[in-house]
Order: sequence, then C-alpha cells, then structure tokens
Amino acid sequence: MGQGRARNEPLELALYSRDAGVQSGAASAVCFPRSADDVASAVRAATRHGIPYVARGSGTGLAGGATPLDDALVIVTTQMNRVIAIDTHDQLAMVEPGVLNLDLSRHTRPLGFHYAPDPSSQQACTIGGNVGTNAGGPHCLASGVTSAHVLEIEVVLPTGEIARLGSLAPDTPGYDLRGAFVGSEGTMGICTQVAVRLMPNPPEVRTLLLDFMSVEAAGATVSGLIAAGIVPAALEMMDAEITRAVEDFVGAGYPRDAAAVLLCEIDGLAGGVAYQVDAVRRIGYEHGARNVRVAANEAERQLLWKGRKSAFGAIARIAPDYYLHDAVVPRTKLVGVLESIYAIAREQQLTMMNVFHAGDGNLHPLIVFDGREPGVWDRVHAAGSQILRTCIDAGGVLSGEHGVGMEKRDLMPLQFSNDDLAAQGRLIDAFDPDGLANPRKVLPSGWRCGELNQRSAPVPEGTWI
Amino acid sequence: MDLTFERIAVPIIETLRGDDARVVAHGSGTHAATANPVEFGCEEIRVPSGIVRHDPADMTVTVLAGTTCRELADVLGEHGQEVPLDPADDRATIGGVLACGLSGTRRLRLGPVRDAVLEVRVVDGNATLIKGGGPVVKNVTGYDIPRLMVGSFGTLGVIVQATLRCRPKAPSQRWYRTERDPFAVRQAMFKPTSILWNGHETSVLIEGFEQDCDDEAARGNLTEAAGNGSAWIFDARSRSHRGRISVRPTDVRATMSRLAMDSSVHCVAEVGVGTIHVSSDDVEALVRARAAAVAESGWLLRESGGPLGFDGFGDGVANSGLAGRVKSAFDPHGKLAPGRMPL
Ligand SMILES: Cc1cc2nc3c(=O)[nH]c(=O)nc-3n(C[C@H](O)[C@H](O)[C@H](O)COP(=O)(O)OP(=O)(O)OC[C@H]3O[C@@H](n4cnc5c(N)ncnc54)[C@H](O)[C@@H]3O)c2cc1C
Repeated sequence: MGQGRARNEPLELALYSRDAGVQSGAASAVCFPRSADDVASAVRAATRHGIPYVARGSGTGLAGGATPLDDALVIVTTQMNRVIAIDTHDQLAMVEPGVLNLDLSRHTRPLGFHYAPDPSSQQACTIGGNVGTNAGGPHCLASGVTSAHVLEIEVVLPTGEIARLGSLAPDTPGYDLRGAFVGSEGTMGICTQVAVRLMPNPPEVRTLLLDFMSVEAAGATVSGLIAAGIVPAALEMMDAEITRAVEDFVGAGYPRDAAAVLLCEIDGLAGGVAYQVDAVRRIGYEHGARNVRVAANEAERQLLWKGRKSAFGAIARIAPDYYLHDAVVPRTKLVGVLESIYAIAREQQLTMMNVFHAGDGNLHPLIVFDGREPGVWDRVHAAGSQILRTCIDAGGVLSGEHGVGMEKRDLMPLQFSNDDLAAQGRLIDAFDPDGLANPRKVLPSGWRCGELNQRSAPVPEGTWI
Repeated sequence: MDLTFERIAVPIIETLRGDDARVVAHGSGTHAATANPVEFGCEEIRVPSGIVRHDPADMTVTVLAGTTCRELADVLGEHGQEVPLDPADDRATIGGVLACGLSGTRRLRLGPVRDAVLEVRVVDGNATLIKGGGPVVKNVTGYDIPRLMVGSFGTLGVIVQATLRCRPKAPSQRWYRTERDPFAVRQAMFKPTSILWNGHETSVLIEGFEQDCDDEAARGNLTEAAGNGSAWIFDARSRSHRGRISVRPTDVRATMSRLAMDSSVHCVAEVGVGTIHVSSDDVEALVRARAAAVAESGWLLRESGGPLGFDGFGDGVANSGLAGRVKSAFDPHGKLAPGRMPL
C-alpha cells in the first residue's frame, strides 16, 4: 500500500478506537486501502503477523462492530468510494464499499431509481457498513433490509483470497454465501465491491402524520394496519418526549401535545395509493387518532421526514449522553412491550424516549442521561438488559438492525442455545480459520476453535508502508 | 397429535448419530431428481406436516417442513394472506422448496424464496437440533443460517420447521398478453409481478388494486388475456428433461436466441429476473441448453432427466473451497444427502 495510507499516530488511533456505540477499544494501526488488492495485502500481512484486523466504514455502527479489540489493525474503506456502474436496464448498481448510502440514491434518483434501504444515518454510513450490519431503515418495511437488495459482493476472505459471492444472475450454484456474509459484521472478511438492486421511484408518494393521545392507541393502530393487510412503505413511531424534542430542534410541524405520532408513507401507483391512504386514515381514527394529516406537498412531506431523521441530533441538545437500544418484537405485542419498557425506565429513574420502526416491530428505546451523574451508568445498563429480556420474553430478538458486535455478544445465550451457538461458531471458523477477522465480536467466548491463542503482538515497524 | 419440532427431531437425531448414517430428507418427491441423485442406500427421512402457528395479525407463519405448499396456501388464504412460493406442483413441501431454493415465477416483484424465510430449525450432520434466525420480520442477531439452508439441497441440515413471512394477497391478479418486445414492456412498467416470454409470446401478470392493474397495463400497452404463461411452465412438467437456466437479466435475449436453434427445447424466460425454464422430450436437449447458458456466462441446474452422467450443476459450485468448509462445519462426515451437490 502506498505512502501515507497506513498510519499509527496516537491522535489517528484514538479516532478509530471506537464506533458510535458506547464501548471503546484500541487500534495498533489504521490503513486506507484504495482497491481490493490493497485490502487483500493488508489482510495477508496481518495474518502473517498474527494481528487481528477490523473492517470499518464510517464508524456509525452502534454495537461496537467496528471497534478494534486486541490492538487490531483498522482497515478503513472510505477511500474506496466510487460508484462503478449504474445499470438501469438490469436495475442494479455496482459500488465500492465506501460509497455513502445517501450518495448512491443521489446518483440514481434522477435516472428514475433508488436504493431502498435508508438507515437514519444514511448521510454518513457506507454501503460496506450496511452490508456488514445488514442495515435496515424506515423504507425497509415494504421492500426488505439490505440482504434483500444485495445481489453480489466481492470480498477479501480471511484466507486472503478475493472471491465473488452471489451473482448478477438470479441463482448461484452452491450455497448462499452472499446471504451468510451480509450482516456478519466484518467477521467473515471485508467486502470490496457490492452490486445492489435498484427500485423504480414510485409514481405517487403520500406521507401521513397521525397523532394520538396515548402510546397505546398509536401501537394499536400499527397492529391494526398490519392486520388489515396494509403494508405501508414506511411506518415510524415517536413518543411524546421525542416528538417535542424534534419539534424544538427542527420545527417539523409535529403536534407538541401529542402522546405519540405515527409517520406513515404510502407509495406506488395512484389508485392503490389513494385506497391505502383512505384505509390508514380510517384505521387510525378507529383506534383513537386525534388527527390524521396528509402532507399537502413535497415541501411538507420533506419536513415531516426531516423531523424523523433529526431525532438523534435533537437528543444531543437535551442530555450529554444517550444509549440507543435495538430489539424486535412481534407486531401484535407492541403495546404491551412498550408499557413494560416505560415501567422499566420509571423504576430505574431514567428518561426514556422511543422513536422506532413500528411497522416491523423494531423498537429503539433511547435512554438519555448525564454520564457524570454518579451511578447512572449502572442504572442505564440495568434498564438495557431488562428491556432486552422483556423483548425476548415477548417472542422477539436481540437486534433488528444494529447488530450484535461487542454490545450484545454476551447476551446471545438469551436467544440461542449452546447447540445454536456452537453451530454459529463452526460456521465462522469455516470463513475465518485463523480467527483474526474482527475477533471477539458477535459470538460470546467459548464457541470458536483456538480462541485462546489469539493475543496479538504490536504491529511491527514498517509493515504497512 | 402433539407434534412439536423437538419431538419430531428425536428420531432424526437418533438416525444421524450412527457413524455410517447416510440420510436424505424426502418431501413429496416433486424435485427428487433435481441437482444430483443422492448416493445409493441413503435412508429417507420424512418430516411430518402441520401448521404450528399462524399469527394473521403479525403476518408470520410457522410450519413443519413436511407441510405442502397447497396446505399452507389454504390456511393462509382464509385470512387473505400468502407466502409466494409458487412451486409448479403445489404438492411440494415447504422443506423441499426451501432446500431446493427454487423461486416461483412471481420473483420479479415478490422476491426470491430466500427472502421469505425468518427462522429455521434443522438437524445438522452433527446430529444436533439447531435454530437459525428468529421468528420476527426483522432480525440481525447472529449469523444468517436461514439463508444458508435455502438452496443447500439438504446437504447442511434436515429442515424440521420454518417460520415464514406472509404477505397480504393482492386484491386483484390479472394476466395480460402482448406482442411487444418483453424487455421494452419491462422498462415501461412500474412493478409487474411476472413477465413470461416463450420466445414468441409474452404473458404478463399484474397484481395490486384494481386501478393499479389498469394503470400498469396502460404503461405496458397490454391486452387482458384468458390464458396465461404460468400454464407454459405447468405444461413443461409433462416433458422428462427439465432444467433451469440462470443468466444475468440482460443476457436473457441472447440466451433465448441460442436456445431457439434447438427446436426440441421449450423455453420460458422470466424477463427481468434472468431465469429460463427449459424442457424437452429429447434426452440430449439439456446438454445443448447448458452450452447455451454457459456461452452467456450463466449456468443450468438440472431439475430432472438429461443423459446418463449429466451433472446437476455443470461446473461444480461457486467458491468450492469455502463452500466445502461450510459443508464440513454442518456435516463433517458427509451424512446428509451425499452426492446431491458436488462438494
Ligand atoms: C444516528 C444514527 C442513526 C442510525 N440509524 C440506523 C438505522 O436506521 N438503521 C440501521 O440499520 N442502522 C442505523 N444506525 C447504525 C449504523 O449507521 C449502521 O449500522 C450502518 O450500517 C453502519 O455503517 P458504517 O459505514 O458506519 O459502518 P461501521 O460502523 O464502520 O461498521 C459497521 C460494521 O460493519 C463492518 N464493516 C464495515 N465495512 C465493511 C466492509 N467493507 N466489509 C465487511 N464488513 C464491514 C464493521 O466491521 C462493523 O462490524 C444508526 C446510527 C446512528 C449513529
């Protein structure tokens, strides 16, 4: 790799010692490859020296996936940021992993297409990171999360080989290794190119804001819509605290006195859109909506979305620290689970807000606090684990989109048996026999071969230049 | 009868514990000849049928792997829901459809079969009952074992139970015909459900609200028709030699031209997807069809027939080194469907 593309100055290392989650690690060096070959040489060199390595996009991950442990080498893909091709005939795009999610849609929208998965962090996160976490977003409700949009990926496997997983043809002979790789959080290798499916821009889009006097009524509306066979393009919920915070921050036109609001988007062809907008309005009122407003024009629509997408910026103004959770429950259980979650926050004397992907039951309880307050972290962690247990008890899962990373690694036994974890351990060993690709992530310790002899030496001087 | 997946797994685990165990899961046999034949002497395992849980308001359904697609469609249909698996023969079992990973002809709009699977319970070659995925519609917890099981032809595990994502059935479903170029039709339309082309005629399926169907038909300049293209695929079942070509969607036209040189071959292409269903009464036809696919950088999966020694996949599997290690992770002693996949 060329001069200046591998560095180990203390400031730089500090910058790459964590992602947007709460835990930090320590990097021994960081490098900025420009090609698959660069990535492969970094992986091979690290392997030769027995040093672990971590793939990193923008580091917006919230589960510690990109946080370097054991003095790992951080391999940052942000300089691999070319859109290689957009094919409107086959409705796909080929991109390098460092392309920002929003930039891809910016490229394709004028051509009549968009890339559907739109994480709230889409201005900052990379497609490679999205592949790493199998990212979701508000518009994944109708069209599916990242995995459903990734056709083929070029990856540098932990063995140092460059392989293509999946294909542009609909089926690939053999196992769906593409499917296994998406969401593997950098533990199966590093993707260096991605072919994604593009979707035609919908001819009609309507965005509705429903407001409620209780969280229960909003939750019941979500269940009511799903049960009635309405699948909106997006269905997001915000409770009273976050609605007010957002309103103070960007003035999106949300009612400040609502106990909860639902942001619902319907898209498609005119006839179906009109029918579904009516259905949403009717079901909303049946379940106690105080008001249902349809954005009158594109500007109003954009503003409603701006509110939702600014939620995290708004929080920064309220308290110095926040802890964002991510779990999924069956949509029929939303109301009950929300009640329990609020009760947990009250019991732990914490401020809690909820802004989440209600349509697929993907909760994001958000605890805001001041980390300088003595003992507060203990209460934050206690509340967090109670929340996750509540979701699992309701038939849910530990993570809907942020991933396991370091954060939930040790909670995996809540969801999986020893046999399940052993099978996952054998699978990851098949991809990463040396155990150097982002080790000690996803699986709790004890489920992989040779885990104990993975302590690394520092990077030998001059290895990377 | 109280049939839980744990109970069902007991004898399967017992069988797989044997050092010399060689097993193959058997559904309804509609795709028993797909890919490669298993080695002689494999013990057949049949998983019972049954809907374990259907939660209409959550739009998820959990079924035992032996459940047929028809049974599932009947139960979901009562609630206006479906899982668009669409096998040519609806006696196919859920376990079989997932193991073969063969998507239905509505893939253009509704996606491949792998996207419908939320959770699987399988007995692997280590004789352990394992779970992959989770029973909710969105989940990134742990490695994606469900995706690996789909299309693994039973070589990684015997699927005992699966949880699938349901969708509301479209209020209307209409077939159209057109003489126009099917590729131009595809570009002109918004989200057609299926565009089937046999080289002469194009048959288009549109699903949605009544007005949406009219709107789409106008975009594609289509005429409503009584007959439909899915019958072409259904009819193909009467021919002994069948295969499924997979090429990049743009290469469908060139592949169809190559296939047209062989008058014994019947072809139905899924335009926009890249799947071409081929069938023939001539035993050598699959050899020629495979050559046509390979010439366009695609491949052909045998669904049935072909000459003696005709390989189910042709050129082996992609990334065979890694695939082999994955196989060993789940089935180190090669007990599951030996011979079925070239690994
Ligand atoms: C305000 C905010 C809002 C968010 N909203 C959402 C949301 O709506 N939906 C959602 O899903 N997430 C959301 N996230 C989480 C985060 O943005 C996503 O997980 C995103 O996919 C991470 O992308 P990144 O480029 O920052 O990746 P990173 O954080 O750098 O990495 C994420 C993981 O992917 C791996 N990885 C990175 N690049 C590669 C590669 N090239 N090959 C293989 N593995 C790789 C890393 O090792 C790591 O495990 C949000 C985060 C924030 C801060």
